[in-house]
Amino acid sequence: MWRARWLTFGVVVLLVIAGCQQRQAAQAPSAPVTLTIESWRNDDLPVWQDTILPAFMKRYPNIKVVFAPTAPTEYNAALNAKLEGGTAGDLITCRPFDLSLALFNKGFLAPVNDLSGMENFGDVAKSGWITDDGSTVFCVPMASVIHGFIYNGSIFKELGLSEPKTEAEFFAVLQKIRQDGRYAPLAMGTADQWEAATMGFQNIGPNYWKGEEGRLALIQGQQKFTDAQYVAVWRQLARWRPYMPRGFQAQKYPDSQNQFTLGKAAIYPAGSWEISLFRRQAQFELGAFTPPAPAGATDCYISDHVDIAIGMNAKTQHPQEARTFLEWVASQEFAELYSNGLPGFFTLSNHKITLQDPLAQTFINWRGLCKTTIRNSYQLLSRGEPNLENELWRVSAEVIKGALRPEQAARQIQTGLEKWYKPKQ
Amino acid sequence: MKDTGGGAPASPPAPLVTMRKRRPFPTYILVFLLPAAGIYTLFMIYPLIDSLRVSLYAPEDGRRAFAGLANYARLLTDSLYAPRFWAALRHNFVFFAVHMLVQNPIGLILAVALSSRRLRGRVIYRTLLFMPTVLSFVIVGFIWQLILSPLWGVAEGLMQAVGAGAYFRPWLGMEGPALVTLSLVSVWQFIGIPMLLFHAALLAIPDEFVEAARVDGASGWTTFWRIELPLILPTVGVVAILTYVGNFNAFDLIYTTQGALAGPNFSTDILGTFFYRTFFGFQLQLGNPTMGATIAGAMFYIILVGVLLYLFVWQRRVQVYEL
Repeated sequence: MWRARWLTFGVVVLLVIAGCQQRQAAQAPSAPVTLTIESWRNDDLPVWQDTILPAFMKRYPNIKVVFAPTAPTEYNAALNAKLEGGTAGDLITCRPFDLSLALFNKGFLAPVNDLSGMENFGDVAKSGWITDDGSTVFCVPMASVIHGFIYNGSIFKELGLSEPKTEAEFFAVLQKIRQDGRYAPLAMGTADQWEAATMGFQNIGPNYWKGEEGRLALIQGQQKFTDAQYVAVWRQLARWRPYMPRGFQAQKYPDSQNQFTLGKAAIYPAGSWEISLFRRQAQFELGAFTPPAPAGATDCYISDHVDIAIGMNAKTQHPQEARTFLEWVASQEFAELYSNGLPGFFTLSNHKITLQDPLAQTFINWRGLCKTTIRNSYQLLSRGEPNLENELWRVSAEVIKGALRPEQAARQIQTGLEKWYKPKQ
Repeated sequence: MKDTGGGAPASPPAPLVTMRKRRPFPTYILVFLLPAAGIYTLFMIYPLIDSLRVSLYAPEDGRRAFAGLANYARLLTDSLYAPRFWAALRHNFVFFAVHMLVQNPIGLILAVALSSRRLRGRVIYRTLLFMPTVLSFVIVGFIWQLILSPLWGVAEGLMQAVGAGAYFRPWLGMEGPALVTLSLVSVWQFIGIPMLLFHAALLAIPDEFVEAARVDGASGWTTFWRIELPLILPTVGVVAILTYVGNFNAFDLIYTTQGALAGPNFSTDILGTFFYRTFFGFQLQLGNPTMGATIAGAMFYIILVGVLLYLFVWQRRVQVYEL
């Protein structure tokens, strides 16, 4: 008897639920359009969900946007599979250069040349998402990362050090920290190899090859990695060795991050993307200085590397709404929300924005003081085998360890590049 | 003889033929074989053959064109691929040698110790020694990286405690020792497998043999060399071939500790990581499926040669005693 009653109750409940769902389904056509963003930045999920997207949906209540990230290492493969299967989201977060270019060439990404707001982006900003002939832009640039050196303000105060401006001052500071003996002068290892190239070679290099001038000359074949200005960068890196932590050969990237935030090292060769992690973990005052100027340099150059953009799935069901979103991405409002929500990722637009994080503000101020460039291995030069970027990791780590001489490193890189690259005239 | 079926090895050919005539084809065998054969064909044999086929193609104007053995020639001669290939192969053999010289003898010693009746708590030791084998590579790699870390590791402290602190080095980051260090980590992880195989083989030796030897006045040492080792020789072969094949699949440990670039300076690069980098690409390097398939093909042939040597040289020579 009881059982029968419960059964009837259950059936009624089920019917009610089913009825509700049906009514919802019937309402669907008039409900807001939902757009989905594909991204590899799963770390940024809270910022998108709590700050950026609510601001957009407040302005455009009939468009609902969902941020649906994949793990960074799986993103490229997963996105390709989804695009080919026709199940990808409406908005696609774009990696810079060849990976996104390949998507555009396959017809997966729509051109965004005629979006209003594209005039807010300069040529360097767009360089990561443009066809080789420079005619079509296919993603709206979102953010860049800037290289430099972050330092532990407490250690600097304790040892009476000031921010070094020139290379001579830089090594004098390192020497003092080493003589004191309590802290590692530089928090960096070579076990993962990429820090040596990204935080070493590409960080201090632009001062030597004069930023864009040298980068374009390499692409056009007017300069070689064996030229004096490139060898000099590796020569500088080799001079870092005595100031690296003990056993740096086996030190990995997270080791270095922890070493610095635990206050065991004074200077961290950095990318600005570290800011939010360091803010959370470090208990001391953080400061930053630009790559020190080589002797006799008049202008300064920094690496302001284009890193992330967003484009539109060419086969989206809601092209109009997707365009609306992308135009908003090009606006001042998005620039402020994004750069403040994710300190260390700086908008690529020309909007004047203010940052709440003083360290992030320090980094972005350098744009007004120095000329900017991007990493010289990213555009065109890493298309063949051996891969220039991976080779730079390897030789830069070897130079810091002292296993390769700077001249040897330069020769290996140039030989590898010449094996497949024919300069564009 | 009547009820042994068709499997009696010593029977002369004539009765066999009559037996085949008498008995219909055993269809039930097909039923038992089909699921395994079907799944194996679909998920192993077909992909394997297709991969070997892809290795004969090369990209040309955005499509794949038949290229014959050009990819293999490129792998063995090209200034980009050949040095990496030979280095990776050499590293694979170093990895194999360390396992053969360290893992298997120690495994055998442990197995003999475990089968000794005088040892107390044998089950506990056996479980403890086998435990690392069931751990994931990621965990093993991470644990050992932490132990050996020059920043936070306990290795240096332990070495100092026994007065050898001056000999500590950041081994995983040094070109020479990195590969041997990783091989020894792998030995630590997999010591349980040869140990258990040897242990099982030793347990299968009837006690009477050992007792008879004792009565005849043989020492423990002589018993091992003259009685136990000859009886477990087939297991030695099995362990060797498992080590050989496993070593070519030893991608995981290197990938988790040193990354796909198998640093420092490719000194821990084995065929597995070389294949991974080439096939899937890495960072800005795009994947090259045809050259990746070529490397996979080369690995297949190398393993095949090893297995054939085992089947036709070792297995035919080794004497198997009926116990």
